[in-house]
Amino acid sequence: MSDRSDPARPNAQVTTRGRLDRRIFLKRGAALLGAGGLSMAMGPAARAADAPSPAPAPGAGMSDYGHPARYEESVKRTLIRSQPGTTGSGASRTPLEMLEGALTPGGLHFERHHSGVPDIDPSVHRLLIHGLVRRPLIFTVEALLRYPMVSRIHFLECSGNSAVMYGAAPSTLTCGQIHGLVSGSEWTGVPLRILLEEAGIDPRAPWILAEGADAAAMSRSVPVAKAMDDALVALYQNGERLRPENGYPVRLFLPGYEGNMSVKWLRRIKVAATPTMTKDETSRYTDLQADGKALMFTYPMGVKSVITRPSAGFRMRGPGLSEVSGLAWSGAGAISRVEVSMNGGHSWADAALSAPALPRALTRFRIPWVWSGGPAVLKSRARDETGAIQPERDALITEHGANAIFHYNAIQAWSVSPDGEVKNVYA
Amino acid sequence: MSTPSLTAAAAAVLLAGCATAGGMPAGEKAGPNLGRPATSAEIAAWDISVAPDGGGLPAGSGTAVRGAIVYAQQCQACHGEKGAGQPNDRLVGGQGTLASKSPVRTIGSYWPYATTIFDYVRRAMPYPSPRTLSDADVYAVTAYLLFENGIIAEADVMNADTLPRVKMPNRDNFIPMYPATAQ
Repeated sequence: MSDRSDPARPNAQVTTRGRLDRRIFLKRGAALLGAGGLSMAMGPAARAADAPSPAPAPGAGMSDYGHPARYEESVKRTLIRSQPGTTGSGASRTPLEMLEGALTPGGLHFERHHSGVPDIDPSVHRLLIHGLVRRPLIFTVEALLRYPMVSRIHFLECSGNSAVMYGAAPSTLTCGQIHGLVSGSEWTGVPLRILLEEAGIDPRAPWILAEGADAAAMSRSVPVAKAMDDALVALYQNGERLRPENGYPVRLFLPGYEGNMSVKWLRRIKVAATPTMTKDETSRYTDLQADGKALMFTYPMGVKSVITRPSAGFRMRGPGLSEVSGLAWSGAGAISRVEVSMNGGHSWADAALSAPALPRALTRFRIPWVWSGGPAVLKSRARDETGAIQPERDALITEHGANAIFHYNAIQAWSVSPDGEVKNVYA
Repeated sequence: MSTPSLTAAAAAVLLAGCATAGGMPAGEKAGPNLGRPATSAEIAAWDISVAPDGGGLPAGSGTAVRGAIVYAQQCQACHGEKGAGQPNDRLVGGQGTLASKSPVRTIGSYWPYATTIFDYVRRAMPYPSPRTLSDADVYAVTAYLLFENGIIAEADVMNADTLPRVKMPNRDNFIPMYPATAQ
C-alpha cells in the first residue's frame, strides 16, 4: 500500500519530539509564512525540468456521469465476501483508509445484502402500510416523490462491523476491511411519521414490521417510537436517487440504529402489537454473551472511532511531522470529543473535530503528530454528547464476552514499528 | 413530478391549521395524502409475516416424515444431511454450547420462536427460489427441523394451532434491551 503519511512539512523544521498538538499546523503555518514558508513549500524541487507543463492539447470532453480519476482505480470496496454458493448474500466494505472527510461516495458505501440486489422498476414498486391503522394505504414511488422531504447527514453501520476484532488474535486486515461496514451519507426522504399519520396509526401500537422487496424479503421489527421520531422513507442518497445496492427505489432509514433495521427496497410496513421476531432479530442480530444469554433489540450503535490514516498496511516514510486522521460516530448523538494517544493510552491529546459534528453522523478528527522514528501505538477514543465513552477492547470483552459478533465498538490500536510498518495490535 | 398539487396540499394544510385536509378523517394529521386505500384482498396477498402468537400462519399442516423428503430435495445441498451444516448454516444441534468458547448457534440451540422457522423458510428459502414451497411443505420442513433438534416427535403435526405452542429450548435466554419489551 502506498504511503499516505508523508510528513506535510520539512522534517528540519521540527523541534518537538513525539509531540501531539492539534495546533501545531496552525502555529507552524504562521511561522512558515513569516519565514519564507512559501518558497520552502515550493522548495528546491521547483526546477523547470521537474515542472509538468499544462496539457499540450485540449483534453477529454464532457461526460454524462463522472467517474473518479483513472489513477484512483485502486480505491474500491474491499473484502467482498458472500455465503458459499451465493454471490449476493454477504457484504462489501468501504475502504476507509483511502478516503477523507466525512461523506462516503455512493459507489463506495458498504453493502450488506441477504439475498442479492433486486432490480426494481420504480413504476411497479409499491409500499403498503397496514396493520394497526385506520386506513391501510398503498403508495407508488411517484407519490412518495411528491411528499415534503427532509435531508439529514448520518452514518449507517452494520452491527457486524469490526466483528473480526472479537477474535483471539489481531487480524492482519486493513482498516476498511476491519471497520468498513460503516459509511456516511446525506439521506433525503419523507419522514415516516407523515405516512403513518395519514394511515391513522393506532396511538397505542408499539411496533412496526418493515419488509424489503429483495428475494429474502428481509424484515425487521422497529419500535413505533423510532418510526415516529426520526425515521425516513429515504429516496435519495448524496443528492441522487438511491443506488440499487442501497435500496432503490425506496428504503427505510433509522438514524443511529444498527444498519440491518434500515430495511432496503421497502415494500411493506405493518403496524403491530408485538415484535414479529423475524429471523434477523432473533437468530441473527442478537448478541451472545459469555454466560450463554443473548441481548436482543440492541438498536443504537455505540460510540466509536478509528484512526484511518495511518492504519494497518501503511508504512511511514520517515520520522517527522504528519497528520493523524480518523472517523468517530455514535448512534446516541453527536461526537463531543476525540482523544488520540501515540503511546498506547498512557497519555492523550484532543484531536480537532471537523465541523460540524452532527448527531449520528461520521465526524472527521485530525491531529498533527511528530513521529520520532521509535515504536508507537496509536489509539483514538471518542465520546458523545450523552457522555458515553468508547471502551478499551479488554473492557468490552470483559463485559460482553468474545462471541457477541455484533456491536463491537472498542478502541482500535495501531502499532508503528521503527521501520515504519503499521499493524493492528491488541494493546 | 407535479409540484402544483403538493403546493395546493400544503396550502390546504396551512388553511386548515393541521386539523383536517383533503377530506381526511378528522383527528388525523394532514399530509399530502397521496396513498390509495388498500383492500383486504391486497393486504392478504402482501402480508407474509408470521408473529410469535401464530398470527399470519396459513391453513395447512405437515409432519417431519414429509419434511424429511422436502428437506432432502430442497435444503440438504446447502445445509447438509439432517441439518448438520456445510456449505451453509448448520441448523441442528449445538445445545449446551452457548456459554462455551465455541458456541454453535442453530435453530435448536438458539432460536427463541418456532414461528420464526415458518416465517423465514416461507419468505426466503430455498435460497435460489424463495416462496416456491407450498404452505404444507413449509410446515413439513419446519416440523422436520424441530424433530431433528429433538424438540417435537416425528409424528407431531405442525399447523397454525400447534406451531406457536412449541416452546423452543433457548427462549428464556434472550434479554430484550429495548424498554418497551421489558414490561
